[in-house]
Amino acid sequence: MAEGLETEVKTNPQGDVITATEAPKVQAKENKAAKQRVVTPEHLFFEAPRTKTFITGSEAAKEAIRRANVDIAISYPITPQSETMQQVGYLYAEGYLKDYYRGEEEYGVMSAIAGASRAGVRALTATAGPGLMRGMEVITSWPGGRMPLLLLVMCRVINAPLAIQPDNVELSYLLNSGVLLFHGENQQDFFDFPLKAYMIAEKCEVTLPAAVAVDGFFVTHARGWVELPPDDIKLPPRDCYHEAVPMMDNENPPARLSRDAPIQKSNFISYQMHASWQQEIWAAQDRARPWIKKYMGGLIEVVNPGAETMIVASGSAVSQSREAVRQAGEKGDTIGLVKIRSLRPFPTQELIEACRHAKRIIVPEFNCIGWLAKEVRSALYGQTKAEIVPGPRVFGGMSMPTELILEYLYKTPNEARLTTKPLVL
Amino acid sequence: MSLDTLKISPGFESYMPKEYVDLVERGPYGRDVKVSEMGTFKEIIEEHPMCAGCAMTLFIRTALIGLPAPEHTVILGTAGCGRLVLSQASIPFIYGNYGDTNGVASGLKRGLEIRFPNQTKDVVVMAGDGGLADIGFSCVMHSWFRKEKFTTVMLDNEVYGNTGGQESGMTNKGMVLKMAPFGKKFEKMDMIGLAKTAGVAYIARLAPTNPTRIANVIRKAVLIAREVGPTYVQAYTSCNIEYAIPTPKVMDDAREVEKDRYGFMEIISDEAKAYLERIEQEKKAKAKAVAASKAGA
Repeated sequence: MAEGLETEVKTNPQGDVITATEAPKVQAKENKAAKQRVVTPEHLFFEAPRTKTFITGSEAAKEAIRRANVDIAISYPITPQSETMQQVGYLYAEGYLKDYYRGEEEYGVMSAIAGASRAGVRALTATAGPGLMRGMEVITSWPGGRMPLLLLVMCRVINAPLAIQPDNVELSYLLNSGVLLFHGENQQDFFDFPLKAYMIAEKCEVTLPAAVAVDGFFVTHARGWVELPPDDIKLPPRDCYHEAVPMMDNENPPARLSRDAPIQKSNFISYQMHASWQQEIWAAQDRARPWIKKYMGGLIEVVNPGAETMIVASGSAVSQSREAVRQAGEKGDTIGLVKIRSLRPFPTQELIEACRHAKRIIVPEFNCIGWLAKEVRSALYGQTKAEIVPGPRVFGGMSMPTELILEYLYKTPNEARLTTKPLVL
Repeated sequence: MSLDTLKISPGFESYMPKEYVDLVERGPYGRDVKVSEMGTFKEIIEEHPMCAGCAMTLFIRTALIGLPAPEHTVILGTAGCGRLVLSQASIPFIYGNYGDTNGVASGLKRGLEIRFPNQTKDVVVMAGDGGLADIGFSCVMHSWFRKEKFTTVMLDNEVYGNTGGQESGMTNKGMVLKMAPFGKKFEKMDMIGLAKTAGVAYIARLAPTNPTRIANVIRKAVLIAREVGPTYVQAYTSCNIEYAIPTPKVMDDAREVEKDRYGFMEIISDEAKAYLERIEQEKKAKAKAVAASKAGA
């Protein structure tokens, strides 16, 4: 048989092309990572010139991590997150990170990230849906350990029947964990929020873990316009000795929470210590507010302030609401929109201000239970006379057509429910 | 230099407790101490709330003497009796979530290597049989498969002692304990065999009958973990409460169990062996040089 007539294509038993290859032996390309220079967060966020690119959310996150001066990333595959941490793996291969590995499963990964954060390095991981639930025992211990780190969450269905589709019910479990929680609307947010989250989380008066969530597929796998600063600049490194608790590096006296047996025991001192420690987590959340304002432009964004009908949303529901607002505008109606960037800390005061003139507030969501509607209702309780309509809601992977939002804007919930039948809890 | 954190600030010397002054002046830091010298130096552990006659406490106390560099060591534990001693020792101790030790240690060790490229930081996991073989099993096994460079020490009392005496995977078959009302139905888990399968560089099994041996085993395990790969020490540390061993008989039991089924055993890889020999040679050469320079002077 003549050689070289046909290139042999290896396939697996299912007939798919095998893409696995040997690791490259030589790092041939010039080392761009080593040439990156540290700039101030302000320069990277606001001053550096930006170039518009059309990329997926996963690629946007990769570009953020390229500029985030991350020391270690620990990955574990789960749809729709896998692509992002794969991309971070390529960054490691290019020299942008100092360490990277694929962990055993999410409990192990969330634990290892905690260890890395306690060693004083800048740490990253990402997960989705069931992975988040698997790691939850560890995740809820991060704030108490006062560990600045970044968790990217690409929301997907968590319940049975098993599905990989977008649905952000998992964020309701993070709301009371003590983790700073930002919800990105689009690819641009998935570039900007991770960088800003690191800087906010590592502030001395904050010293908390941060999670940046986006809705899976809608953001991660779809392309959008993202304005990127140059890739030859990066954030300052983590300055771990300027944080609220000491590192576990045996270079300084360790944090008291791991030393004092009384904390573990049942006595009044232990109750007091634990109580004050928990209060301190939420006080630290509050102290993050000025930094969120400074770096992210506020906990919320308001479109058409003062409108009588307001939409309050977070994540992908904001994009759909923007379009609904535009379509209503074409009809001559002014509809307001509040985009919630920060779910924890929650923008209670901002929301009260933004909804002061409202007569009707609707809360569209990509989940079955309507956790955001509950948050909005409790924040506005006694502060507004507006009717708060919990919905429309889609879940299990459904998209949210703007018609659905418009229907809720113009019809009463009962009328709207006649055609769309969302569950109202 | 980490020892600076121990030193007493000027002006406070006369106010510090005697125990603390002893730790600063006669602690085991920055030098080799031997079990035979106990009583001439201040140990890292002063007081603890463990039960009278607890073999685990004896093991931990002796193990801490074996640490080659306590001033650059971080210990991790999980729920169980062991952490009641470890959290009182003068070494940073991470008391994590249930069964997370080897996950946390993986990230911690890698993070410390990034931050301290010129200073070895030893990471040692010390947790119970339940914490490592049951709830922490996945993290333990994967840390071994990944060849993470830290030491895992199992305090094997063959029972959940801290929660009041329930069966663990390391309990012997047939033992009647809480949650095993008809006796344990399956064999004691073979963690030594699993460590072998996973390619752990140094594996040791021992009972706390020979204090010098405990310290030597720990020292070897920590040194090998620095350069070669993961190391595992499995120590029989009986629970005299749940197994109703009379306090004066605890060491008799240890000797009996050692003879019967827990004899001293070491499995050491060729690479680890070569590494230890190299360290010994370097140490001898250094001692010779010092002696020679003294003789010359």
